[in-house]
Amino acid sequence: MIAFILKRLAVAIPTLLVLIVISFILMKVAPGNPFAGEKTVPKAVLDNIFARYGLDKPEWQQLLEYIYNVVFHFDFGPSFKYRDRTVNDIIAQGFPVTFTYGAWAFLFATVIGVSLGVAAALRQNGWIDHLAVGLSIGAQVVPNFVMAPVLVLVFTLWLRWLPGGGWDGGHWSNIVLPVIALATSYLASITRIMRSSMLEVLGSNYIRTARAKGLPGWQVVFRHALRPAMLPVVSYLGPVFVGMVTGSVVIDLYFSTGGIGQAFVNSALNRDYSTILGITILLGALTIAANLVVDVLYAWIDPKIKL
Amino acid sequence: MSHPKSDVLVVDNLDVIFALHEAEVRAVNDLSFRLSEGETLAVVGESGSGKSQAFLAIMGLLAKNGRATGKAVLGGVDLLSLSTAGLNQHRGKDIAMIFQDPMTSLNPALRIRSQLSEVLVRHRGFTPEAAFKEVIAMLERVGIPEAARRANAYPHELSGGMRQRVMIAMALLCRPRVLIADEPTTALDVTVQAQMLDLFKSLSTDFGTAMLLITHDLGVVAGVADRMMVMYAGRAVETGPVDDLFYDPRHPYTLGLLTSTPHIDKRQSRLTPITGAPPNLEHLPDGCAFGPRCAFRFDRCSLDRPPLGEFAPGRRKACFYPKPLIGEEDAA
Repeated sequence: MIAFILKRLAVAIPTLLVLIVISFILMKVAPGNPFAGEKTVPKAVLDNIFARYGLDKPEWQQLLEYIYNVVFHFDFGPSFKYRDRTVNDIIAQGFPVTFTYGAWAFLFATVIGVSLGVAAALRQNGWIDHLAVGLSIGAQVVPNFVMAPVLVLVFTLWLRWLPGGGWDGGHWSNIVLPVIALATSYLASITRIMRSSMLEVLGSNYIRTARAKGLPGWQVVFRHALRPAMLPVVSYLGPVFVGMVTGSVVIDLYFSTGGIGQAFVNSALNRDYSTILGITILLGALTIAANLVVDVLYAWIDPKIKL
Repeated sequence: MSHPKSDVLVVDNLDVIFALHEAEVRAVNDLSFRLSEGETLAVVGESGSGKSQAFLAIMGLLAKNGRATGKAVLGGVDLLSLSTAGLNQHRGKDIAMIFQDPMTSLNPALRIRSQLSEVLVRHRGFTPEAAFKEVIAMLERVGIPEAARRANAYPHELSGGMRQRVMIAMALLCRPRVLIADEPTTALDVTVQAQMLDLFKSLSTDFGTAMLLITHDLGVVAGVADRMMVMYAGRAVETGPVDDLFYDPRHPYTLGLLTSTPHIDKRQSRLTPITGAPPNLEHLPDGCAFGPRCAFRFDRCSLDRPPLGEFAPGRRKACFYPKPLIGEEDAA
């Protein structure tokens, strides 16, 4: 187990390096540069700016220096777009926001989705099943860029319960709507995966054995059925977690939360090279970590998997 | 050959009905039988004869679209009249069941020890520690070597034969009065099958457990059963002591089962199959359900359904044909 985790962490380093190199190449291949605006800048000025940010050096040298700074100084460089800010600043400011509402959304979607899925499976074709299936289909077909304005309309403009945007240091009232908007479609998928997997497990021979033993119903469900039925959900949760905590440009845009999702999209549009790379590395590292957690969870749920 | 013993399980007029999309199908029809203390009753029939469904119904394990009516009285309690919670007081304790496929009948996510201990904790109020000791003893009793180590294993770490031994140990932990074994050897190698049958024999003697052995394998029946009940299309068609049915079958279907079974001690160039196909339960023929496939049928068979009647002490058949069948095949 420990050996498996250490091995995976060791593999993560070359993975991230490859990620950096490929992102760097793609970035450089894309037309334009951070300083290309609508008006033409004199070549002498542009040369000066390039020299200031080290863009006059050969590409391989830029890449190596970048990697060196990241590895040995944990310095992702200055933003090419915002003169007074470093990439570390941008991440430090945006990521806590994104992580806060992302983690709450993840928790919300998982807890409600799993419970609803289990309840639906236990009462197959009952009202709670129809409700769960109906809700999850409804939630799945409404994209979050529709969900967000509808939520604002209802809870801010009509009911006047919650603020329609802003962050305010993460006050709970500012978190609620982004969490719901971000979580609904994931919640819908989790509900449906959990429901069908639970139904399959409940129909299995070993659940029949458990019933034949005279165990009470709750023990059959929670002791015998839940863990095996969680497998498909767990494998889905890894990517969901990454998707949620790495932010959503839609959420940041509609609720003015100032998370990292918007910063990432802006950096790509602006060709803000250092910011693109910085956030890419962050997302890559989070993805690797989430997959590692999923694999460890998998081994805990299914003893046939040896780490 | 034996003095009358008291009945542990009395089943009366058991019907099992499944609701399909448009029709209802009667998988078990008016089944009645008695099981005496310590006896082994083999229930024989082809796939779809209702032999498994009858006993799943008694255990309360029918699929959601199935329902059972009639009586199944165990120790003065009618199991079919109980709620699930009430049934849970008895199943696993007074009546236990072993299933056909040991590979999928154990929970893959739980250790053997916890799957066994929970039975004792649930029904006999054991502490987990005390239960564990009892579990080890029972695993040793059913012939699992290094029981203490195997108890900590997960099911996938054991062979099929070992898993079936675990299932047997699980079923016997509470010393049930009745053990239902649904094709317990079908999924196993032939060599392992023989070991299993020996185990069943010694266990039913040691624990005094009455056994219902559901099978389509007459070799298994000959090995362990005292009495035998042959089922066809949801009904019992012949019952009696095993030896009587083997040497003097009185229902043509019983005879068909016997002649379609290979014997290692006889030179046979070919087996005699039962002609025709098993009946569609949704559209049973009038009269005797076996009639269309029967070599002995006569006019009356397609008009009336023969009732299951006693024709000799301890022997019943549901057939109008009045004479012994052996030696009569050529005549028919």
